[in-house]
Amino acid sequence: MKIVNFAKENREFVIFSIFALIILLVAIFAPALATHDPYEAVLNDSLQSPGREHLLGTDVLGRDLFSRILYGTSTTVSSSLILVGIIFVVGTALGMLAGYFGGVMDMIIMRISDIMISFPDLILAIAIAGILGSSLGNAIIAITVVSWTKYARLARSLVIKIMQSDYISAARLTGSKTPHILKKYLFPNILPTLIVTAATDIGSIMLQLASLSFLGFGAQPPTPEWGFMLSEGREFLQRAPWLLIFPGLAIFIVVMVFNLLGDSLRDVLDPDTNRINKKCRKKVIENEFKKDCKGIRRNSASNWGIKWMWK
Amino acid sequence: MSEEAILEARYLTRKFKTADSRVLTAVDNVNLKIYKGKTLGIVGESGCGKSTLMRMLVQLDTPTEGQIIYRGKDITDSKGKSLRENHRRIQMVFQDPMASFNPRMKVLDIISEPLLNYKLIKKNERKNIAKKYLKMVDLPEEFMDKYPQNMSGGQRQRVGIARALTLEPEVILCDEATCSLDVSVQDHIIKLLVKLQREKDIAMAFICHDVALVQSLAHKLAIMYLGNIVELISGDKINKEAKHPYTKALIGSIFDIGVDQNTQIETIESEAPSPLDLPQGCSFQNRCPHCKEICTIKKPELSKLKGEHYVACHLYG
Repeated sequence: MKIVNFAKENREFVIFSIFALIILLVAIFAPALATHDPYEAVLNDSLQSPGREHLLGTDVLGRDLFSRILYGTSTTVSSSLILVGIIFVVGTALGMLAGYFGGVMDMIIMRISDIMISFPDLILAIAIAGILGSSLGNAIIAITVVSWTKYARLARSLVIKIMQSDYISAARLTGSKTPHILKKYLFPNILPTLIVTAATDIGSIMLQLASLSFLGFGAQPPTPEWGFMLSEGREFLQRAPWLLIFPGLAIFIVVMVFNLLGDSLRDVLDPDTNRINKKCRKKVIENEFKKDCKGIRRNSASNWGIKWMWK
Repeated sequence: MSEEAILEARYLTRKFKTADSRVLTAVDNVNLKIYKGKTLGIVGESGCGKSTLMRMLVQLDTPTEGQIIYRGKDITDSKGKSLRENHRRIQMVFQDPMASFNPRMKVLDIISEPLLNYKLIKKNERKNIAKKYLKMVDLPEEFMDKYPQNMSGGQRQRVGIARALTLEPEVILCDEATCSLDVSVQDHIIKLLVKLQREKDIAMAFICHDVALVQSLAHKLAIMYLGNIVELISGDKINKEAKHPYTKALIGSIFDIGVDQNTQIETIESEAPSPLDLPQGCSFQNRCPHCKEICTIKKPELSKLKGEHYVACHLYG
């Protein structure tokens, strides 16, 4: 019953979670859904257009594009999720420490994050991936180094705001020690905002990863990864446009679903917007009520008492 | 006085540096004693340093100068373990009952947390403890599973009092603990505090800007004006024997139902000067009807008038 009510109130969120779930299922069951072996090169079938044998056509090595995209889902989605997870943990932890302890700790952490912010994201990531060498793991490290600052800053500012509130003073007075305050007071109170940020970030992180792969710093052949597939197909833009259209479409769909999921999650989790919604609802009810009362008032228009009461 | 002073402030001063590096003196050379089983009321208008004083007494803030003495021991600079021990003895009830609770904790956790922090109870005793203290503050047991945001202001403040009581402190400081509540609820909370104080013989300091309210429960009153204590007087004598012009003005501002509609309401002229830019001499000079030449030159000291009555005013110096 509760679930039904929840679903009714958060229709958007439920719809997008179902989409996201479908994407995850596709990633997991790619081997079962694929029609061909994504690694098997059949040079005779090179650059075939979409048709019955190859649903979305083949690439220059004659590999089935549909199967490669399906397999690519798991690479792309899992690496993006891992990446967001790492950034979330690292950024939040550093930001909380900076906000809680302040002073030298704050200085060091925030100056490092300033350095990171002063470079364009992708270029710094390219530099780091270039130094470490091209591989999917290194691309993940490169993007982590570039992106944790956002979470650190957010966590820090939220912590600083909470630190000024009375309940932290009260916690100190009642003998709470630092780890306890961090665990029971700060973390649960900053979590919703950070989770929403992370959810909306999945899409853009996916794009960053695809960009790195497209530039050749991420996944290495023959791993099916969408960004890298785009890069491979670029040479055949005129002869085989499906090599660009379908992986691009896959990126577009997945990024959009995760972005919208993040947005709807904000509506569910963020207490502020929630409250506004409830207020609106309350107002609607009140207006209905007032309309009803208008009838009464008209009937006894001379009755000043009632008029005054409803003012 | 024969009673023993539990908590004492000696020459307590707190100065804040503002962004443009001027100095704001929030509390200036304050001396106070809080006695066992007695209530000290601290009255003053907004911004006179009451809350800063209180934060220093519970050691959430450190004084710029002066000492805080607990049972004859200087605890001003205690840190770490000893600070934690002091917190256990000196508790506080906060002004805003909404802001003083973690919105993600249930009443059960709020009440049992202090005891768990000091390892005075085990985890499985939490419910019994919560029951005991909820009963003490006249709340039903079922409140254990509520979140503070789902309770009314008065109920929340009761939980706040319960939390302050759990560690069985010797001193409780109430920072305008009733000012955000309805008048009828205020009355209940005050009665509760007085009852609990009698039962447990707790020393209490009660900050308030409502003279009428605070004189009903305080044994002694300290009137603060711009960081200074201008008068120290017994609670029951304030109506008749108050001497300082500011105290008199405060008493004059009390309304009650029986007030004569025809008498003119006396107001204090002009605004209090900025604490950033205090005038030389008495800080009340620009609003005082009896201002003399000496008031603009020399700052009056708190001096004994008779018995336990102290005034800082040149008229009675």
